[in-house]
Amino acid sequence: MEELEKPPLLRMHGIRKAFPGVLALDDVDLELWAGEVLALLGENGAGKSTLIKIMGGAHLPDEGNVEIDGQPVLIETPQDSLEAGIGIIYQEFNLVPWLTARENIFLGQEPGRVSFIPRAEEHAEALNLFARIGVKIDPDKLCNMLSVAEQQVVEIAKALSRNARIIVMDEPTATLTPREVNGLLAVVNELRAQGIGIIYISHRLNEIDEIADRVIVLRDGLKVGTRSKEELNREQMIALMVGRSLDKEFPSRSSSPGKVKLAVRQLTRGSKVRGLSFDLREGEIVGLTGLVGAGRTETARLLFGADRKEAGSIEMDGKELRLLSPRDAIRHGICLLTEDRKEQGLVLGQTVQENFGLPNLSEFTGIALLSTSKESEAFARYVKKIRIKVTSHAQRSGTLSGGNQQKVVLAKWLQRNAEVIIFDEPTRGIDVGAKFEIYELLHQLAEEGKAVLMISSELPEILGMSDRIIVMNEGRITGEIEDPAHATQEEVMRLATQQEEVAI
Amino acid sequence: MKKVDYRKVLSEYGNVLVLFLLCGVMSVVTLKEQPADSPSAAKELAKRIVNDNGSGATVMVVVRGGGKGAGAKFATNLEDALNDAGLKVVAKIQGEPRDARIALEGHAKGQPLSAVVTDEHTKTLFDQLPEMAMVNPALAQTKVYFPKKHIWPDFLKIDNLRNVLKQISVVAIIAIGMTLVIITGGIDLSVGSLIAFSGVITALTIQFLGGADPTTIDLWVGSLAGIFACALIGMSTGGMVTIFNIPAFIVTLGVMFITRGLAFLFLPSADPCKIMSDDFLWLGRGADFFGLHNSVVLMLLLYAFAHVVMSRTSIGRYVYAVGGNPEAARLSGVPVKRVLVFVYLVCGLLAGLGGVMEASRDVTGDPKAGNLVELQVIAAVVVGGTSLAGGRGKIFGTLVGALIIGVIKNGMNLALIEGKKQDVIFGTVILIAVLVDRLKSRVR
Repeated sequence: MEELEKPPLLRMHGIRKAFPGVLALDDVDLELWAGEVLALLGENGAGKSTLIKIMGGAHLPDEGNVEIDGQPVLIETPQDSLEAGIGIIYQEFNLVPWLTARENIFLGQEPGRVSFIPRAEEHAEALNLFARIGVKIDPDKLCNMLSVAEQQVVEIAKALSRNARIIVMDEPTATLTPREVNGLLAVVNELRAQGIGIIYISHRLNEIDEIADRVIVLRDGLKVGTRSKEELNREQMIALMVGRSLDKEFPSRSSSPGKVKLAVRQLTRGSKVRGLSFDLREGEIVGLTGLVGAGRTETARLLFGADRKEAGSIEMDGKELRLLSPRDAIRHGICLLTEDRKEQGLVLGQTVQENFGLPNLSEFTGIALLSTSKESEAFARYVKKIRIKVTSHAQRSGTLSGGNQQKVVLAKWLQRNAEVIIFDEPTRGIDVGAKFEIYELLHQLAEEGKAVLMISSELPEILGMSDRIIVMNEGRITGEIEDPAHATQEEVMRLATQQEEVAI
Repeated sequence: MKKVDYRKVLSEYGNVLVLFLLCGVMSVVTLKEQPADSPSAAKELAKRIVNDNGSGATVMVVVRGGGKGAGAKFATNLEDALNDAGLKVVAKIQGEPRDARIALEGHAKGQPLSAVVTDEHTKTLFDQLPEMAMVNPALAQTKVYFPKKHIWPDFLKIDNLRNVLKQISVVAIIAIGMTLVIITGGIDLSVGSLIAFSGVITALTIQFLGGADPTTIDLWVGSLAGIFACALIGMSTGGMVTIFNIPAFIVTLGVMFITRGLAFLFLPSADPCKIMSDDFLWLGRGADFFGLHNSVVLMLLLYAFAHVVMSRTSIGRYVYAVGGNPEAARLSGVPVKRVLVFVYLVCGLLAGLGGVMEASRDVTGDPKAGNLVELQVIAAVVVGGTSLAGGRGKIFGTLVGALIIGVIKNGMNLALIEGKKQDVIFGTVILIAVLVDRLKSRVR
């Protein structure tokens, strides 16, 4: 209770920030004590990133103030934020790939311009920092040779080297494997033990369960609650975030798989895909899972013609397909919704309608000219059918939320009459409310007789959604689960980490 | 109801604004007292005479000089205008003041002359009019009229504006292709050399086919050979960029040197190759459409066509998609490689066309032609608002960009600014235009 007498490490009071047309934050308070992990929860667009950017000096609040140790501070630039002892680990790391870990840590802290860089000292200090957070990384390794998890640690070390006492982590586990996640959580625990205040942002509620001391929930720019973790179970967290209670995370459905649509035999490319054989049936959702790097995305890219197979065959309706490019796959009704919608799914600078039209232009083209009105009509049908939230058809795709971007990509494939639809991590980066909608869409597609292959790392999602589960490890199928309703996460994990195939 | 978003207007039409501003500046800088020989001055004068004397009045036109030159033009213009206004022109005198005097005194005695129209040079003569009236009573009521002096910018004269259009036509046409290339995120440095290459190929082909007296067909075949050769080069450029994944900057830098060198090597001697037919001037110098040069008409047609292609066809949409995000475009089924080869082909083809136009202006295939034109073309595209990062840009923006560049050069020439200073101003204006473009992305 002695903390209560001391002022909190960080206190944000009455923060308000408006952007043209949106009130991003309205009278938000936040307190962070030394040596605690505060989880910041909220759907996409709830105002989390705005709040972080205010801490980081990227945005100025319209109203409200920030105190550190009870002293008001003015954070107007990223430099101010660093000096105030705040270290922010963004989703996209700020590391220079061709510099070593050590050089990255001390970048910008080099002594005066004319003196030499004290390499030995830096080296020792870097080792010291790594030891402090309980990891082993060679400080002389180039950053682009480090794994994502290691780069993250370098970012944390970088913050610590600047005497950060507050560390903010934005979705730190989004791209980590389960083992790396555990490593990161250990690091967080270590930092907490050393009296550092941590703000932890994640969509993954089980991590929050595990690590957080307190939870603060934002919704539509308002703080809707601060609870200690004991007071809050998963369902309540979700209810606070979306403002309504979701009875269940996954919709229910009775499946009735039809005939085999796609037959994959001995599909091979490099070390990532080694002799894969499986079938996809009409009206079936097949979950494909495994650890990161197991070869799932690579498999999807082969089926979509984005990469060329080295051996094996892909048959559709009993006929072998020659897939030399995505164009070929699309012509045969196979389509892929990539994991990374911003980089691969959408041309962000183009409008939503233009993105929708991209694979469908021949359909909207008359003798030579494109009919934008036909295109617009077709798009309008999908806006209605799958409830895409757009302000206009001319809205830039980059300004859509993750869930709506996913829907625009889906709409363009549905217009192509896709019969085999591959989803790679369909709900990554999508908030809880929109997730449920995506799940319903998946069901709807299966009911319409489409063959759906769903790649996912989230085991609850795999178990809750699939009619059948295929588990991969190191480029091979290590097991198939025919009855996901009665399978457990542990079973799947066991398959995902084992070397040889076993039948269950 | 809808509020006008000024920032948006600025962002969409920023470079049009720059163009108008420049035209304004150039107009002010080139303001000058104009000689009174223009048709409009003549019309205005005829109106004044009708007002004072009523239509049907008799008029004599007196100017100095012989049968040619400014005086003659003035006289003809005047005569036309006066006749149009219903006045009776009794005589048109061109010559020395003495001739005028003889004509005036010899004017038929019975018919009073209402007015004499004259230019400045013979003005003094009419101080003696009362004297002459004693000799010839018909001159008793005669009034003397001069055309009013007026001040008008050299820049805004119709002929000059037509000239600006003619001067930019080659750069503007090639800039269409360059716009496509830059929208895909590439660049093409070879277009200047291709101008020379195309010109030389065209001239040599015409020489080979027609010798000293080429037929129209020879001219056509020669031109198409030049254009086709450049299109082929553009296509292989695109091939290297896509198949071997070499940056466009490097590939086109290489092609730039190669084609310039070849243009020299193909010629048997160091001299440019003459084209022995004045018909070949049609494209570069002819002006068959309401005073517009043929090259300008061709330019406008190509712009209209390119605009339709880029905004209303699949290939146009593909070009933007490839520039915006090539991987997303490929995964959406866009034939990315074909699109890239297409844009370099178009750029090469238009550079070839530009080469034929240059050759046509001088009736010569000159291996030195088009030197550094690639930079003007790129400047036109960038000033026109196309982003070098790719994915963004408008065809008509490029036309505006080319106009901006043409107007600056023309205005500076009219204002008699010296060459080196022109370079400094030219560079500055490019930077300002791009700055306006930056504001645009700031607004987004």
